[in-house]
Amino acid sequence: MRTARVAYGGAIHTARPHERGLRLADGRVLAETEVVWLPPFEAGTIIALGLNYADHVKELSRELTVTTQDEPLVFLKGPGSLIGHRGQTRRPRDVKFMHYECELAVVMGATARAVKRADAMKHVAGYTVCNDYAIRDYLENWYRPNLRVKNRDGGTVLGPWFVDAADVPDPHALQLRTLVNGVVTQQGCTADLINDIAALIEYLSGFMTLRAGDVILTGTPDGVVNVNVGDEVVTEIDGIGRLVNTVVGDDVFGR
Amino acid sequence: MFEPHVPFDAAPWRLSGVVYGTLLNDPAAMTALGAAAHQPPYKAPPSAPVLYVKPRNTLAASGDVVVLPADVAEFELGAALGLVLGRTACRLRADEALAHLAGCTLVADLSVPHDSFYRPSVRFKARDGSCLIGPAVLRVAAPDALTLQVKVDGKLVQQACCAGMARSAARLLADVTEFMTLQPGDVLMLGVCAGAPRLRAGQAFAIEADGLGCLQGRVAAAERAARS
Repeated sequence: MRTARVAYGGAIHTARPHERGLRLADGRVLAETEVVWLPPFEAGTIIALGLNYADHVKELSRELTVTTQDEPLVFLKGPGSLIGHRGQTRRPRDVKFMHYECELAVVMGATARAVKRADAMKHVAGYTVCNDYAIRDYLENWYRPNLRVKNRDGGTVLGPWFVDAADVPDPHALQLRTLVNGVVTQQGCTADLINDIAALIEYLSGFMTLRAGDVILTGTPDGVVNVNVGDEVVTEIDGIGRLVNTVVGDDVFGR
Repeated sequence: MFEPHVPFDAAPWRLSGVVYGTLLNDPAAMTALGAAAHQPPYKAPPSAPVLYVKPRNTLAASGDVVVLPADVAEFELGAALGLVLGRTACRLRADEALAHLAGCTLVADLSVPHDSFYRPSVRFKARDGSCLIGPAVLRVAAPDALTLQVKVDGKLVQQACCAGMARSAARLLADVTEFMTLQPGDVLMLGVCAGAPRLRAGQAFAIEADGLGCLQGRVAAAERAARS
């Protein structure tokens, strides 16, 4: 099953896909553009992975001091970073390198503490698409990646649909790609995850209790490029969803 | 099974469960790094606040027992003043920032000791129940004038002064809300003070400040906690 959370007509609704767009739980059928899309579930702890695709590690290797042999590179985010499908993300006018990151988001469905790899996948509720923006101009070498790069208001896009785990036969065989203004700029496959989903759940639950609603953003492959004000950025994962975001400037925010 | 039980709904303020920490706001912490702050991997001292996220599994209340993980010899007790938001805070000016607070509280942020500030593993700061908050959210006339008294097993081991921070509470709120909005009930730590004491299993700790009461906790070995 696929579900979305949308705002329409003065209230927040759960919606399902429909041939003309989406159908609210109360029966109303609407076009995709008639609703405001929210992140498709209420997120608890937001856990993100850096450098979890071998090709992306190579892409960034000039500035790195880690290797793929080290423990997973995990960082955390706050809820203010989240926005939904068809939202806007701000590019400050003083920056030179702001990039998207297309990622498979894994949503926990059950409490997980010291879970072994063999039991890990049964703790997964489902999946959605994430576009986790970064502004590299603000990178500083203190508690990397610092929050000014990775925890900005509206910098983490989730959606459009939450897809039940039962409907994703193999989450490690999903093609993902990013299109900027219709041109493919990033491609990868979740088969190339350095730490796969089960490994991440085993690692994380070994030192912190994960709970239903916690989400793991599993990292991004090679192919991150700068985006500019006005760009339409589509991050999509086959079988999961197609997530649209627009880059906007300071003027939209009265800055 | 660990279950957090922070009294989120304790009157008069409801905590949201969103907690951010601040590092190196105490000038003594930067001084302790010395020339290393200018050398790789840091290359230069930080220009923006050095922040981190406390996930919800870490949240605990005054009086709670923190389990020392089996793979850890001791915790570092980071004592911090918690700034509790009372109003939505976005792009605040420093001169209006303190008016957005509901009040202040005390935070005992227990970390697994680590030397590097470059890219430390999240497992150092995300242990279950390792961030105690409380005992209450109270209005304080001048948060920057407070001194935190830190005790281990009843003995005063640190007097952490909020007055000398590189960024005052108002300045920190302005710099943080420039890029991330804080909501009512969110907690932003003013900064863990340099010279944090260590805690072993079996030790009790307390943080006190005038007008904010006393935040207490205890560290227990993993085996003992599992049996109780």
